[in-house]
Amino acid sequence: MIEIRWHGRGGQGAKTAALLLADVGFSAGLCVQGFPEYGPERMGAPITAYNRLSKDEIRVHSNIYEPDMVVVVDETLLKTVDVAAGLKPGGKLLVNSNRAPEDVLSEFGDTDADVYVIDAIDIAVRTIGRPMPNSPLLSAAIRLSGIMGKDEAIEAMRVAFTEKFHGKPDVVEGNMKAVTEAWSSALRINE
Amino acid sequence: MSRKDRMSGNQAAATAIRQINPDVIAAFPITPSTEIPQYVSSFKADGLIDTEFIAVESEHSAMSACIGASAAGVRAMTATSSAGMALMYEMLYVAASDRLPIVLTAVNRALTGPININADHSDSMGARDSGWIQLYSENAQEAYDNLLMANRIGERRDVMLPVMVCQDGFITSHGIENIIIEDDGEVKNFVGEYHPEKYLLNPDESLAVGPYSVSPYVIEMKRAVHEAMVNARDAVKEVSEDFERTFGREYGFFEEYHMDDAEYGVLLMSSAAGTGKDAVDALRGEGVKAGLVKLRMFRPFPADELADALAGLKALAIMDRSDGFSATGGPLNAEVRAALYGRACAGLRVPKAAGYIYGLGGRDVRVEDFHTIFGELEELAVGKELPYCRYLGVRE
Repeated sequence: MIEIRWHGRGGQGAKTAALLLADVGFSAGLCVQGFPEYGPERMGAPITAYNRLSKDEIRVHSNIYEPDMVVVVDETLLKTVDVAAGLKPGGKLLVNSNRAPEDVLSEFGDTDADVYVIDAIDIAVRTIGRPMPNSPLLSAAIRLSGIMGKDEAIEAMRVAFTEKFHGKPDVVEGNMKAVTEAWSSALRINE
Repeated sequence: MSRKDRMSGNQAAATAIRQINPDVIAAFPITPSTEIPQYVSSFKADGLIDTEFIAVESEHSAMSACIGASAAGVRAMTATSSAGMALMYEMLYVAASDRLPIVLTAVNRALTGPININADHSDSMGARDSGWIQLYSENAQEAYDNLLMANRIGERRDVMLPVMVCQDGFITSHGIENIIIEDDGEVKNFVGEYHPEKYLLNPDESLAVGPYSVSPYVIEMKRAVHEAMVNARDAVKEVSEDFERTFGREYGFFEEYHMDDAEYGVLLMSSAAGTGKDAVDALRGEGVKAGLVKLRMFRPFPADELADALAGLKALAIMDRSDGFSATGGPLNAEVRAALYGRACAGLRVPKAAGYIYGLGGRDVRVEDFHTIFGELEELAVGKELPYCRYLGVRE
């Protein structure tokens, strides 16, 4: 079982990314969960979303406290939320940031996680035309999770976007450009 | 042909409603059940159902409109949560008393005070004495399956009672999970058509529904609801058996998980039961004889069957996701202990029991919480005193 925790702010699409990841995992034949944790619902408030992906039936209905991967959609959360809390030893930490690697690493002290950085906002602005980081992060998270190869993943995301943005082919194409570029854009910044 | 899919509990409930294609839906939106009438209104707009969708101005009106439609002789359904259900309470009793087999898909959410949008069972537990049949669902699959069975259970001639199908707000209502969706035609055949024996719009037989009842009649009418609720046991059993024959998934009054030789057991309802099963598996791996009972049917209450299922335990935890504020724990704690009393009086063995209140207002319940409970049960079994009821994981 792979467990993933998303940290974002209301309105950035962390919940949507988690639900889309569940769709993609389902299309790979996996048992899936994708669910948000709701606090006060307002734009900009910290929110958490979760994924479980497994070959076996998933019965547990609690939040995820010891994830295999953490995705940080908004790096301003690093100052107030312990995003790496409970991350399994050797787990992956995927951060959306345009800062220098040493700046990002300094946020985590001597973490033993594999830290990856992607400038998802830059990709989104160039491909979708809006600063929505969730599609690039979705793509990078799928690659880092190892649940499927690139071709299968890209096709699964196309199916998911086509369903989600039904009747908006321009939006689907922008998102497809974003996820294709983002697939290999997350770079590991520590040893 | 059935198909594998993935969807949220709300989507699953809406899919069931689409396949049932009821004559009338009357609903008012409230988190976290809002998506259900939202999806259904889309089905209506897209021509997938020919249901009359009534957008009412309150939940009191939603249930009133369902009562009117059901009394007229058609299938009526609605969805609600929390304060919305509380606003229905008056009309929930009317629906049961008038013997109208309305189906309500309830997405459990804490009743306000303090205001909160997350899961607990205080809303439907507040309706437990209203005369509605109540079925509780662990996941999206069970919410879907229970809804497919609900109309037939309520509409049986010797029952004619409304049915509430409950699932946990956000935890299952907004979580995407794998699910098997049955073929539209096969569901239609399974659910069948509704032909009430008596109905208001029958020109050949005049009928009054819901008139003022003077004292010489009220107790007889309540007794009739009581009899119908007794009969509902067989209705749930038979419809569930037919469901298993048709679709292959088994449902009883409750599910027993590793109970055959269990010494320590927990009893609870809905989504946390899945978490509990993972704890049971882990404990079994350590050699602890742990088991779990997940109650599906709270109304009617399967007292004798439950007492028999629990009798072999050394110690039992009864877990309520609401507090009745009786100062002795929640409604499950009270009713399960009452069920065991009959066995004790007959000189039969009963387990030691401890009540737990958990998960109020969406407080997460983890596998580790079940380990804590099972640890306490082992102490209870060897003579340590535990409170009659305690709050799980509360910060003192």
